[in-house]
Amino acid sequence: MRVVTPDAVTETVARLFRDANVHLPPDIRAAVDAAAGSEAWPAARRTLETIRENADIAEAGNIPMCQDTGMVCVFLDIGFDARIGGDVYKAVDAGVARGAAEGYLRASIVRDPLRRENTGDNTPAAVYIDLVPGDRVKITVAPKGFGSENASRVKMLRPADGVRGVLDFVVSAVEDAGGGACPPVVAGVGIGGNFDKAALLAKRALLRPVDEPNPDPCYAALERELLERINALGIGPMGLGGRTTALGVSILSAPTHIAGLPAAVNISCHVTRHLSETL
Amino acid sequence: MRRVTLPAGREEIARLRAGDGVLLSGVIYTARDAAHMRFRELLDAGKPLPIELRGAAIYYAGPSPAPPGTVTGSIGPTTSSRMDAFAPRLIRLGLLCTIGKGARSEEVIEAIKERCAVYLAAVGGAGALLAERVISSETAAFPELGAEAVRRLIVRDFPATVAVDATGRDIYAEGRAAYLRAAADAGGR
Repeated sequence: MRVVTPDAVTETVARLFRDANVHLPPDIRAAVDAAAGSEAWPAARRTLETIRENADIAEAGNIPMCQDTGMVCVFLDIGFDARIGGDVYKAVDAGVARGAAEGYLRASIVRDPLRRENTGDNTPAAVYIDLVPGDRVKITVAPKGFGSENASRVKMLRPADGVRGVLDFVVSAVEDAGGGACPPVVAGVGIGGNFDKAALLAKRALLRPVDEPNPDPCYAALERELLERINALGIGPMGLGGRTTALGVSILSAPTHIAGLPAAVNISCHVTRHLSETL
Repeated sequence: MRRVTLPAGREEIARLRAGDGVLLSGVIYTARDAAHMRFRELLDAGKPLPIELRGAAIYYAGPSPAPPGTVTGSIGPTTSSRMDAFAPRLIRLGLLCTIGKGARSEEVIEAIKERCAVYLAAVGGAGALLAERVISSETAAFPELGAEAVRRLIVRDFPATVAVDATGRDIYAEGRAAYLRAAADAGGR
């Protein structure tokens, strides 16, 4: 049994949280660059150029790209033969608090959804733990802004709604999100499972690089079709019109019940952030 | 790009047209969800607001903390629609300019038209770039709200796009429609 110390978890979460907020992932950067090169609509091209320039300024100044430095999602894939030698949840939150303080990241979390008192250190994180083969611990930190989170949806479709029903649901969610979700967006789509599983699949789908299609050719084709339909909406960067409404669509699927077809779409802004490290 | 000095007069605001690029210089106040709820409580209680609304510009933003030696942290716009419930009342009390991202409600557009005001869109997610255009920042009200406190900013050449002009034209409706027309024309040729 390999032991990973809580301190190592804290240190890693702190660093990944800071770095994820400063550096645009290479796949997103490449997608923005490509879109800027092919956008013919002037307002759209201007906005994409601003997004590129912003990423450069953040990188050079080591400051967050966006002031909404996110509610932190932490995915821990813990090997069957690995053990965290202590309270893993406390270790993660200590990392979030340290990363926020050291990186001058915004305290965006309230302790209670109705009383709304700010916790002051951006904790707690949303933590998802999976047990996986091996003796390593993979930590993924994905800070998520709420302009796009607020535009996300779950729908319990009927089996008879079929592929068409799922695709229409995803396209209408992106259309309703409009300019407020900071397009060009990335759409994470979860299909199957149950009510909660569909939402988590959608969130996890956002971790896949936008230039990497679903390994199942059937789902990869659906991803291409969705991207084409979304980019025909005309919403464009920041909603000012244009072709580039989405940079990518990622689908994850799971077994589901004979009576159901759950679907979820987790919309993410053009500052889609995630970093991983394996301890 | 048209240069606009804030606070601006209604005549100057009336000249702005949906789709125009503008560079803002002068005073703007930040206020987002929590500050707007405080504004509403004060107005409902018949008390004065901590800032002079007449002629003012409010930027829907809550910056990240300023690292040492800097004026502000990252400071991009937040989604304006969450402030739609508050904006018509504030516009009718003299608020001239709101700055944020995303489309506004019919009620807000109606109030903008009625009072010859304007709504400007800044580029969401471009908080690092926009921070470079802020030359001073001080807390003006509700310091206990942290990132949601009201700040008085002085900006120089702060870039934005006129999203809803004083005649009620809305770039979120028009820009998309114009793009789709152009794309259809190009496809039909």
